[in-house]
Amino acid sequence: MKNAGTIVIVVVVGFVAFFGFPFYYNIGKANEAPKLKFDTPAILEWEKVNGKKECVEPKEFMRGEHMQLLNQWRDSVVRNGDRVYVNSQGRSFTMSFQNTCMNCHSNKKDFCDKCHNYLGVKPYCWGCHIAPKEKQS
Amino acid sequence: MSMNRRQFLKIAGVSTVLGIGGGTVITGLRKTGLEASQVSPDPRALKAKRWGFVVDVSKLKSDEDYQKCIDACHGIHNVPDIGNPKDEVKWIWKDTYERTFPTTSEDELMNKELKEKKFFLFCNHCAQPACVRVCPTKATFKRQDGVVMQDMHRCIGCRFCMAACPFGARSFNYRDPRPFIKKENMQFPTRMIGVVEKCTMCYERLAIGQQPACAEASNGAILFGDLDDPNSAVRKVIASKFTIRRKPELGTQPSIYYVIGGADHA
Repeated sequence: MKNAGTIVIVVVVGFVAFFGFPFYYNIGKANEAPKLKFDTPAILEWEKVNGKKECVEPKEFMRGEHMQLLNQWRDSVVRNGDRVYVNSQGRSFTMSFQNTCMNCHSNKKDFCDKCHNYLGVKPYCWGCHIAPKEKQS
Repeated sequence: MSMNRRQFLKIAGVSTVLGIGGGTVITGLRKTGLEASQVSPDPRALKAKRWGFVVDVSKLKSDEDYQKCIDACHGIHNVPDIGNPKDEVKWIWKDTYERTFPTTSEDELMNKELKEKKFFLFCNHCAQPACVRVCPTKATFKRQDGVVMQDMHRCIGCRFCMAACPFGARSFNYRDPRPFIKKENMQFPTRMIGVVEKCTMCYERLAIGQQPACAEASNGAILFGDLDDPNSAVRKVIASKFTIRRKPELGTQPSIYYVIGGADHA
């Protein structure tokens, strides 16, 4: 075949154009990052008493490592029976997903689900742990 | 590409070192930020070497007395009431003498009252638990204080433990239990389809200094205490009255002692 080279080029360009479509179509149209809400009654109450909104560990740590923290809490409570967590500031908390975490973050739909849905992760916490009762906002 | 023996060994050696050391380098570099934190038990927690029960059924007069304990347990632990025996999930239940102690010698002349009496059954929290030996994921394990614990996060639903348990103390979630829970206790999780569950000796109550719910609701019919402590209430009863355990010949060393020969007659 005389024009084999042309055919190969056309096929390659066509392939890239077709399968690369989602990438260049979406260039510059990044989805808005999820905005989490920290305005539950328990969090506002905490802010009133302690002067600021804070979690069991600093925000940056919780954002990146809450899954590891939850796994640590789970193993500590279920396997070892240790239920009190003393954080890096020396403050203690009861390690309980349903009673401590979800007491403050009683807005699962505006907190947990926002990021998890955005990133397409489906944690199976809620198969057993009961989610707080709330209205969709 | 051709390679001589010497080159091959060099590359293999370097990759092995990288493979073994690589993981440590990555974990070591990752900032976990948890170094300053620590965990400890709740100071209120009840402590023992080997928790156990004494069940004195003579103190249970009516069906209501039984039901009170069953409801107390099933209520706080979100145990579903599925309503058909095939899918039934139970942590504590009652049954006849014959079915509670099937291996004791049968006797037609036996005290009729005792024969018809209902006995409380729940996990024996055996000292040598068969369920723990067979669990492939260590989802069920023996705690230091004698509780045979069930870690729902690890249970893969293989049901080996159900086959191993000689006391039928374990239930499998053949269906999603959520729709069958009348009133959810928001402080305690439910289970999901495909896991095995059983009595966990109210580990969540022991941790904050409370007795198991059944013992608390039983009005003295279920005594709870440390079997390792000769001065505990349970040991005193065991020392002074005739007690039997379920299927002792199997060697699992159950931690529930039944007082036989009701206080009415003895």
